[in-house]
Amino acid sequence: MSEQKVVNVVVAGLGGQGVVKASDILADVAFRAGLDVKKSEIHGMSQRGGSVASDVRFGPRVNSPMITRGEADCLIVVAPDQMDVNRHVLKPGGVLVSPEALANVPGKLQAKSINVALLGVLSTHLDLPVEIWEEAIKANLAEKHHKLNLEAFAQGRAAAAQQA
Amino acid sequence: MAKILSERMLLSGDEAVALAALNAGVLLGTGYPGTPSTEILEAFGQLGGKAQWAPNEKVALEVGLGAAFAGARALVTMKHVGVNVAADVLFTAAYTGVTGGLLLISADDPGMASSQNEQDNRNYARAAGVIMLEPADSQQAYDFTGAGFAISEQFGLPVILRMTTRVCHSKSIVVPHPLVRGAAPTFKRDIPARVMIPAHARPAHRRLRDKLARAAVFAESCAQTLVEPRGKALGIITSGITAMHARDAAPDASILQLGLSYPLPINAIRDFVASVERCLVIEEGDPILVTELLAAGLKIEGKSERFRFGELNVDRVRRIIAGDESEEAKAPPGKPPMLCEGCSHRPVFETLRDMNCIVAGDIGCYTLGVLPPFSAMDTCVCMGASITVGLGLRHVLPFEEAKRVVSVIGDSTFVHSGLTGLAEMVYNPPATGHVLLILDNGTTAMTGQQEHAGTGRDLMHGASHKINFEEVCRAMGLKQVVTVDPMAGDGSLEAAITTALASGELAVIVARRPCILAAPKIRQYDKAAAEKLLARNAACSAAVVD
Repeated sequence: MSEQKVVNVVVAGLGGQGVVKASDILADVAFRAGLDVKKSEIHGMSQRGGSVASDVRFGPRVNSPMITRGEADCLIVVAPDQMDVNRHVLKPGGVLVSPEALANVPGKLQAKSINVALLGVLSTHLDLPVEIWEEAIKANLAEKHHKLNLEAFAQGRAAAAQQA
Repeated sequence: MAKILSERMLLSGDEAVALAALNAGVLLGTGYPGTPSTEILEAFGQLGGKAQWAPNEKVALEVGLGAAFAGARALVTMKHVGVNVAADVLFTAAYTGVTGGLLLISADDPGMASSQNEQDNRNYARAAGVIMLEPADSQQAYDFTGAGFAISEQFGLPVILRMTTRVCHSKSIVVPHPLVRGAAPTFKRDIPARVMIPAHARPAHRRLRDKLARAAVFAESCAQTLVEPRGKALGIITSGITAMHARDAAPDASILQLGLSYPLPINAIRDFVASVERCLVIEEGDPILVTELLAAGLKIEGKSERFRFGELNVDRVRRIIAGDESEEAKAPPGKPPMLCEGCSHRPVFETLRDMNCIVAGDIGCYTLGVLPPFSAMDTCVCMGASITVGLGLRHVLPFEEAKRVVSVIGDSTFVHSGLTGLAEMVYNPPATGHVLLILDNGTTAMTGQQEHAGTGRDLMHGASHKINFEEVCRAMGLKQVVTVDPMAGDGSLEAAITTALASGELAVIVARRPCILAAPKIRQYDKAAAEKLLARNAACSAAVVD
């Protein structure tokens, strides 16, 4: 059944770290790739520095916008201390992407683009064209932030390639 | 307003409602900010629609009703608890009916991501007698909004579009089809329908029930009554987001999604029940559908009581189907939200904590004053209750305790529901006096920095009239009204509270300092307004010279 081909990605961190922005970009990539996509997170109180987790699901047909515990294919954790809070969403053998993945990043990485750098790492695990990632990054950020974030994205991809 | 059509868009449910309202020719959008509904009016305004914040939900629905009496389409948005405030309007608007389409968005918050209760507003459709639509994703939010205006006009009834947090804030794909637009407004006198004296209201009640009976017939075959037949072993009757969870949880089940969930299409439901071997009613929140369908004599099963609490999700729907009553795994607690570093509420709650005050609190960011390291809030119930609950405490507590009671309200909440509390305060003053702190940070901060009648700016942040809180308090009869900067750090805040508490009289302290998140934007808005004024004056002078 078509529903079984859905890819589930959770982006987690703290309010103010660009968690929602990162999931917006990911959802937009899937959208631009012509897939069905749904994205869900809780706003409100979480904006005051609390834990935030955003679910992105894409594939031929997506029904529920929420990812079931233990069924995420990938988990991005922007804040290292949010690892334990979110680890349970990952399926056995799922891909965990954390700031540790950026330890050997080539060049200097700005703190405020860690979210996009982690998307760079994630992109190496997903079957979505790099050009579409770059389009989506540009479409979701103000022009003055394009250069920095496209670099961060490339750095994330490079760091993942080194580890592989 | 230009219609906005495109092949395919990725929108939140809130954005989809706004786009549909624009394409359906809505002439007025009004409401009060409240998670998860806030973004609807903001998006409607950004798309070019006429959108405005009302001081509260009752006012918003009244303004919307007036527009609908005039034959215009009106969109009124609020969170679930806002409908309580607007309920007085809603129940009699069901009697009067409407000429132009009136769509009330009720954004419910099962699981209470950002609310004080998880009331199920499907109950309001039944209690007031109005039609209810429940979209399950952004495409349905778009389609049902368009249909909602047409249905409202067809039956001459307000329609509630009930959304939930997961429908409002989730993004999914929308193909925005063209929608039929409303007619141009014109006043047509109809005194028996719109002047609800008892002699008019008695037949109006009967008319309402007739309309609902016709709406029930319509529901039987309308585009919102959605059957997805698959296997015969299991059928699921559901509504809203739960339809999506059910599809994932039971890929082989047949599903009846009640997109128009009141009045119920009972024959369509009966046929569906008969088409499957086992039929489950799976609904988020209160056991409403299951109770009504059991009363209709249908052979269906519901969920157990534990699933009344919190949101449903795919895992919980699987459990309901399997009758699995085992313990559900709890997610580890995340980091709770807190008042921002540099937030002007911080020194206020530090002071109230250190002075051992009994604090009647209210709804807003400052409710976070209840958490450590402040732990300086003793009550928080509903919008405006800080003033009045504080008065109740003062009236009955022994002297030594009564004189420690302080009410704390934010600026937007004060405009929403504080003025009547202030009237109570001056009219029925407690023997020990009372102290009201208005925390004026110049914005509706909690919901994402919306304007209100006390900021001097309209929904789109342009200049508007600004209500002066100090003048309002003095005009209502308060003798002691002082203004302090809570961030001054010179002891003036502490001194003001000490003086007010010691006076034994009624006192208002306005603690004014812009929200640290909003301050840069507020400076921009003020600058833009000043430049606009300057340009207009220059144009006027030029015109005079010409």
